[in-house]
Parts: sequence; C-alpha cells; structure tokens
Amino acid sequence: MTTAVPLSWYLILSAILFGLGVAGFVFRRNIITVFMSIELMLNAVNLSFVAFSYQLRQTDGHIYTFFVMVVAAAEAAVGLAIILTVFKNRATLEIDEVSDLKN
Amino acid sequence: MEILQHPLFLPVVLTLAIVGIFPLVSGYIVLVERKVLADIQVRLGPMRVGPQGLLQPLADALKLLIKEDLIPAAADKTIFWIAPCISTFTALTAFSVLPFSPILRVVDVNVGLLIVSAMSAVGILGIILGGWSSNSHYPLLGALRGAAQLVSYEVALALALLSGVMMAGTLSMVGIVKAQLERGVWFAFDNFGLMLVPFMVYLISAIAETNRAPFDLPEAESELVAGFHTEYSGFRFALYFLAEYTNIFVVASVAVTLFWGGWLRPFPNVAWLDWPLSAGVPFLVLAGSGFASIFLLKRQPSAAQRYILLVVILGLIFLGSLFLIPVVTRAASAPFWFFFKVGVFIYGMIWFRGTFPRFRYDQLMSIGWKYMIPIGMGAILVNAVVGMLKGH
Amino acid sequence: MLDTIFFYLFALLTLLGAVLTITRRSAVHSAISLIVSLVGVAGLFLLQRAEFLFAVQIVLYIGGIMLLFLFVIMLVNLDRAERERQFSKAWWLALACVVGVGAEIAYFLTKGPAAFQFPPGAASPGVASAAAGGNVERLADALFSEYLLPFEMASLLLLVAVVGSVILAKKRI
Repeated sequence: MTTAVPLSWYLILSAILFGLGVAGFVFRRNIITVFMSIELMLNAVNLSFVAFSYQLRQTDGHIYTFFVMVVAAAEAAVGLAIILTVFKNRATLEIDEVSDLKN
Repeated sequence: MEILQHPLFLPVVLTLAIVGIFPLVSGYIVLVERKVLADIQVRLGPMRVGPQGLLQPLADALKLLIKEDLIPAAADKTIFWIAPCISTFTALTAFSVLPFSPILRVVDVNVGLLIVSAMSAVGILGIILGGWSSNSHYPLLGALRGAAQLVSYEVALALALLSGVMMAGTLSMVGIVKAQLERGVWFAFDNFGLMLVPFMVYLISAIAETNRAPFDLPEAESELVAGFHTEYSGFRFALYFLAEYTNIFVVASVAVTLFWGGWLRPFPNVAWLDWPLSAGVPFLVLAGSGFASIFLLKRQPSAAQRYILLVVILGLIFLGSLFLIPVVTRAASAPFWFFFKVGVFIYGMIWFRGTFPRFRYDQLMSIGWKYMIPIGMGAILVNAVVGMLKGH
Repeated sequence: MLDTIFFYLFALLTLLGAVLTITRRSAVHSAISLIVSLVGVAGLFLLQRAEFLFAVQIVLYIGGIMLLFLFVIMLVNLDRAERERQFSKAWWLALACVVGVGAEIAYFLTKGPAAFQFPPGAASPGVASAAAGGNVERLADALFSEYLLPFEMASLLLLVAVVGSVILAKKRI
C-alpha cells in the first residue's frame, strides 16, 4: 500500500510547525503564549511520529505519540498551576519581568 | 434505482434528515419537558397554541427567528458569533455514529464511542467561549462554572462508559449492540446486576454533563440570570438551545446503546416474545395514545383545534396499525425500540428536574470527584474480575 | 487524489492556526488559533489511519489541555498585557530557527521522496492490508503487553502532576 501523500510532505509540514513553535517560544513575552508554542512543537513531533509509523506500518509511533500526549497533559497541568501562582504573586505574566533568578 | 445502491446514499439522506428534522424534534422535547414539569407541579403548561399546546414549538421557533439579534457593544464579535456554532456543530456531529437500527445509521466506525465523547468534550468550548466573549460578569462566571463542571464529570462519564466497553470488547456502537444481542441481555443487567453501578454513574454524570437540574449551576437562574448565554438572543440563543437538547438526546442515545441494548427489544433472544414485543407494544403505545386522546376532543375550544387534534389522533392510530403488517414490523420495530427507550430516558431526566433541588457548587464538585470517579473506577475493577470469572 | 486534497486542507488549517497562535495579541485568540491548528493535526492523524490518536487528540488536547489554557487565561486578567510590547528581544534566535527550518525544507524539496530511504525489511508487510496500525485493538494489545511498564509509569506521572498542581494552586491544603 503506497501512500498517496509522500512521507516527505508530512515531514516538511512537521518541520514548519516545529519552526513556528520555536519562533513563538523565543519570540513571545507572554508566558501563556510561550506555553502554547511548546504545545505546537509537541504536535509537530507527534505528526512526524505518526507519519513514520504509517510509512513503516507499525504501531510503535502511535504509542510514542500517545505517551507524548500524556506527558503534555501532565506538563500543562503543572505549568498552568505555576502560571497561576506567578500571576498571584506578581500580577504580571511577562517573561522578562519574572527574572529574579537572574543575577 | 442505481442511486439507492450507492454506499453514500443512506448516510447523506440520513444526515440531511437529522439536520433538517432535529430542530423540530428538540422543539417537541422542550414541549414535552414543559408539559411534564407542569404535570408534576399540578399546572396545565402551554395550552394556547394548537390543541393542548401541540403547536407551541412552532410558535417558539418563529418567535426566536424574528427576534432582534443583539450583540453587546463590548463583546468580542467573532468569538461571540462562533461560540454557538461550535456548540451546535459538535452536538449534531455526535449523531453521525449513533445506530438507530441495524441499517439506519450514518456511519459505523471502530472508534464510535470515542467520537461521541470527543464531541461532548469540544462542545464545552462553545460554552466557555460564549461566556467569555459576552464580556459581562454573569456569563463569565457561568462559563467558568460550566467548564469546571463539565471537565470534572467528563472523567466520571468516561469511566462509566469504560465498563460497558469492556463488556462489549469494542468501541464501535454497532458492535456494542451486537455484543448485547450475542449475550442475550442488556449490559445494564449483566454480571449479576453489577453493571447497574456504572449505569447509575453514567446517569448521574450524563445529567451533570448536559447542565440539567439538579446540576444546572452554570445556568442557575437565581444566581447567574441565565449563565453563559445571558447575553445571547434571537437565533444565536436558539442555537444554544438546540445544542442543549441535542446533547440530551445524544447522552440518552449513548445510554440506550451501551446499557439498554440499543435497537434490541427486551429479551432479544426469547423467540416467542418476538411478535408481542416487536408488533404488539408499538401498536399499543402509538394507537393507544391515539385512542386515549379521543376524550380530549370535546374539550377543545374551537373547531379548528378539534380538527387538528383529530388529524393527530388518526395519524397515531394509523402509525400504530402499520406495525401490525409483518414487513413493517421487521423494518420498523428496531428504530421504534431505540426511540422509545431514548424517550423513556429523557422522561427520566425531566422527572429528575422536577423532583430534585439544585446542588450547591461544592456539593457538585464533591459528588463528581469524591463519589462518581472512585465508584466508576471500582465498577471497572469489579466488573472486570466478575466478567473474567464468568468466563466471557 | 482525495488524500492529497485533504492533506492540503488540513495542512493549511494547521499552519494557519500555528501562525495565528504566535502572532495574535490576545491570549484567547491565540488559544483558539492553537485549537484550529490541533484540529488540523487531528485531521492529519485521521488521514494516516490513526483513528484512536485522532480521538485522543480531540478529547485530550482540545477537550482537556486547551480548555485548561482557556480556563487559566480567563482567571488571570491580561488586559494590560495586550497593550504592551508583544515580542521579546531574542529575534536573532528566532531568525536562526527560521533559517534552520528553511534549510531543512530546502533539502527535502530538492531531494523529494528520495530523502528517506528505509532498509528493505523495515516495513512489516504482513499487517499492511488492515488499517496500518490504526485500529484500536492492536494499539491496546501493544500498550498493555509490550509497553505495560511505560504505561504504568505514565499513570504515576499523571498522579504526581495532579497532586503537584493542586498543591501549587491552592493556598491552604
């Protein structure tokens, strides 16, 4: 069974998505948006996992993706709790202003 | 005739029928709800439009359509516009995997049940975005409450569903009903009645999931006016309303499919009950309600209303007697049982609304997290062990 | 043919959502764009016969994680933040990333499908006829036999995350 859509297309899409995620991660100052950029990157990785899995006709890629999603859920729960705490203490969500650990 | 054989013919027709007919059906569910609640509270309910208020949904729909469509000045217009569409879209999409009978279904996929729960998860977005975009206090509070409640009960709902899926061994809705046919028992009464526990968990979580009394905190009128849709009016409000009643129908259908045997009649494997249950009961229910309405005829105030009621009565009797023809019985008894069971379930939900007082917010959360979720998990464990010991 | 059309459709949805996510001023708009992007990715999963992941993507990501995001955005008041400068000074880093990704894409485009050569035995042809690894039963079998330990560890991770976030967010336990 040859796929109608070649693997490289999926990988290009995944790369662009990852690049956008990285750009958002380093570019944006709002912590929440930075967080969303991380989700974008995770999705890019998931996409290439599934693409490879489809190409090789194995389920392993799907299982990795499943675990990535679980980890993303855990990360979102803890991360958003941290964001809430930061906002409670600082009344701001600017990344540049939350820099106490910088000397 | 060629077009009838096309694999896409039935799905497309059924989809169009659902999208076209369901707004009317949900209007009539509202009418039934108002009538039943009125009956519980010893009132008459809507009586003016049509005989016994039978045409009230049409009047309501007309009113909602021609009402002025207000958008608050400070609202986020795009999201305000999109939010009710999300709700309605997701609610109607869930219909695509419901099997009304062995052949009467849009599609049968091997993740059918997951699609339903995915759609109900996305439906929350419509609520939270609608509440936020109104840019007003009551809607925002209602939306936050709604999101927290739905996310909490989503977990309990999924756990209750898991027990049923475990018994069936498949996620396909058709497969689930077929598994019940093979066992000859509805899943709600399987495993020595132990499956009643997940069914009760499902019932309670489903009521919370559809934002209905006694869990209707997101739209508690004494506290939050109308909750997340306070600022909505006219057609957008009608969309939210449609989504709400569609969701009720969907959770009822999932309960029927998973726990009450879907389109199967009661005792599906007992042969001598076939005629009385496949033909007799539909005839009794439809024609019987027709005959019972005859004495209402002379109470109608005008000749026009008497005429309309007569048509309805004759229609019911005609439909009922159709079931006595063997060909029709074979084709129509499955959908009849499906919709009959859904009706019973919805009637139960209305009954709950008329009977129970509203919970407090902390009570709601503690019921969800401290009772429903642990009980749901325990039910999975017990049913797994018992099911294995039974040797299925 | 249909596959290609759907691929373009979902890819467009994904990329459009992603671009809007990182450029929109309002956090809620960003979140909605991210949801659009996730729906696109879910569609691509479906296109590759990963129905289970499609459902999980929608239930978990859109119904769970993104809802959590929206919830938090609505709890914190970001009116002030929307008027401020949106982008940090690390533009050169972003530029480097874009150049890197661009180079990668250029490489793929020049080499085309030949960019990836698998060893002949890599694809297991026996299961190719069925939905290639997409069906739920096979995934469940693998998850509960071969990957049982990671699965249990994931559940432990989730438990830790739940307890941790409750402790972080609550003033008094």
